[in-house]
Amino acid sequence: MNSLWLIILTGALTGAMGPGIPVLYATYGELLVERAGLINLGTEGSMLMGACFGFIATVETDNVAIGILAGSLAGALLSLIYAYLVIKRHTNQLATGFTLALFGAGITAYAGKGFVGSRIEGINPVAIPLLADIPLFGRAFFQQDILTYVAYIMGPLLWAFLHYTRPGLSLRAVGEQADIAFAGGRNPAAWQFGAIIAGGMLAGMGGAELSLGLTHCWIEGMTAGRGFIAVALVIFSMWSPLRAMVGAFLFGGAIGFQLQLQSIGAPISPFVLDMFPYVITLFVLTFWTGIALRAMPEGLKEVLKMNA
Amino acid sequence: MNRIEHQKLLQHILIAGCLVISVILSSAALAKTADAAWSMATKPTKNDLAGGSPEIFSKAFHDCAASSQFQPTAAFADAAKPLPTGTKLKIGFIFVGSQQDLGYNQAAFNGSRYLEKIYSNVEILRAENIPENAEVQRVAEQMIGQGAKIIFATSFGYSGPIKQIVDKYPRVVFLHQGDLEAKANYGAYFGDIWQLQYSNGIAAGRMTKSNKLGFIGAFPIPQTLLNCNAFELGARSVNPKVQTTFVLTNNWADPAKQVTAINTMAGSGIDVVTYQQDSTRALVEAAERKKMYVCGYHEDGSPSAPNGWLTGAVWNWGPVYAELVGEIIKGTYRPCVMFAGLEAGWVKVARFGKSVPPDVRKSVLDTVERLRSGMIKPFTGPIKDQGGTVKIKDGVMPTSAQLQTIDWLMDGVIGRTK
Repeated sequence: MNSLWLIILTGALTGAMGPGIPVLYATYGELLVERAGLINLGTEGSMLMGACFGFIATVETDNVAIGILAGSLAGALLSLIYAYLVIKRHTNQLATGFTLALFGAGITAYAGKGFVGSRIEGINPVAIPLLADIPLFGRAFFQQDILTYVAYIMGPLLWAFLHYTRPGLSLRAVGEQADIAFAGGRNPAAWQFGAIIAGGMLAGMGGAELSLGLTHCWIEGMTAGRGFIAVALVIFSMWSPLRAMVGAFLFGGAIGFQLQLQSIGAPISPFVLDMFPYVITLFVLTFWTGIALRAMPEGLKEVLKMNA
Repeated sequence: MNRIEHQKLLQHILIAGCLVISVILSSAALAKTADAAWSMATKPTKNDLAGGSPEIFSKAFHDCAASSQFQPTAAFADAAKPLPTGTKLKIGFIFVGSQQDLGYNQAAFNGSRYLEKIYSNVEILRAENIPENAEVQRVAEQMIGQGAKIIFATSFGYSGPIKQIVDKYPRVVFLHQGDLEAKANYGAYFGDIWQLQYSNGIAAGRMTKSNKLGFIGAFPIPQTLLNCNAFELGARSVNPKVQTTFVLTNNWADPAKQVTAINTMAGSGIDVVTYQQDSTRALVEAAERKKMYVCGYHEDGSPSAPNGWLTGAVWNWGPVYAELVGEIIKGTYRPCVMFAGLEAGWVKVARFGKSVPPDVRKSVLDTVERLRSGMIKPFTGPIKDQGGTVKIKDGVMPTSAQLQTIDWLMDGVIGRTK
């Protein structure tokens, strides 16, 4: 029995990292946007842009670094539209974001059509010496590709940025009380603009990790709703990059976990197992909302018309 | 209505009348030439059928028409009427995925290309990435609006939505890839590709070192369960110790999930995988990276896994589509549910990978030939399901149509169907 659980756990852990990382990048991006007091449902679109154009650039140049760069720029490009519409034209954030998610799906399906069958070398795992030899966790966490390691480091860095730097403080101030931040000599529109672009870049990187790192392929709609999961994970994480890491691993872990459970023939329906990640998210949204609301940037409450 | 408008109307009626008369005249004149053009589509040779018999190929169509309770296309279909001069017969193809997915859709797409090659006066309308919902009705209707007389709905999940609109277009012939039911202007066809999952199993059973095999399905539809059972049967026929682990991704083409499934399977010691997914490139490449063997499905993926590729089950839709269209045009096609396999050349075995030793190649090819000639019928009972219940009784040999209704996994398979 013990060894069985060990197999499940290692399987889930090994499986968790892969699908978790693209979501983690998108979550980081969305977190920045929400910290600036906006909500961008277009994350899904930015991820697809990153996955598609990152892949195209890699096929064309045979260089994954350029691919990652192209992917993040493509993600940023889509969020640029969002930034313009929401900040300059004052459109509804939810509707704009959702429309852009669909727009991103359409534009990438069109642009990527000729590249569905292309092959790339992709980003391959690099084992970190010593760390990769740790039993159980070593292989799961430290035999990954470079973007995964960047994602590990980025969480604490983002956290430090938000809490211990002046720009981080400004960003949060804008998200909490734009008027007061303005009176304090900060231009809220500019900060929000910056956060949206950075968010788009990160989501694009997440997409690039999905197409270049995890799967080495491009296919229409390959994000399969993971951009929306990122939006939910931001709430789950209560706007903290560190908790976002936990959330993304839980989400990724749930995918690996359910496939692992299926493969040992656990007496649970694969359909129920497939709901796991979403049920976890819903569960958190339901039962943590009270606590989560207290952590929510004030600016967001305007958007969501929620009163805590 | 004033004078000028009246004149205009008369003019229009006159022109329209002239047009109608000329069309009738020319089509009458063309009827012979058109037929001649169609008959140019020669019967497939043994080579076209990858070793299948042309006689059995023709007989399958013949038998199906004979068993049909519906009218032949001559009685209702526009496609069976002579074409007006200078026009081409439009045929619509609807795909659920991309034509380059190295999988199900690429195979169907290649079939549609074959049609263009065989018939000079055919124009193919194609729509890719159409979801299995009301969207497919919209696309089909759009194609009909553009003049399509035959619609190929090539994905399993299209059957429901398409059947809702077939009555609206009684003169259009709808063909569905995989349904088990026919209607007045709606026929179905599918290949016994499970035969090659059986021969895949032979290769897997011979090559595995851990005796653990994996099957990555998408949805627990009968086709998939049948394939998994055939794979396990084949593997067990050469290696009684093998077990097949069955996992579902609940999506025809979510590469991230496919790769995760491969990674988890590799983690639990599975060393040969096969699958039923629409888009297969990510999966095959991931298995190659994990140093697993792959038995392919749908298309030849050997370039994607130079070391891991063993063999595979591949469609040969071209001749099938060509014959269906030919019969419809001749007016002899009667909507029915058709199944045929290796014996009729509907499916074929993929290239071997370089890791496969000669004796394994030989035993796979021998199995293929014995399946083709009917010398072995793998699903001959007794076959038990996972719970130990006898599902196919001793000595019973189910028909192809009966096999397509399988809703259980056999003993030796780990995993769940629902």
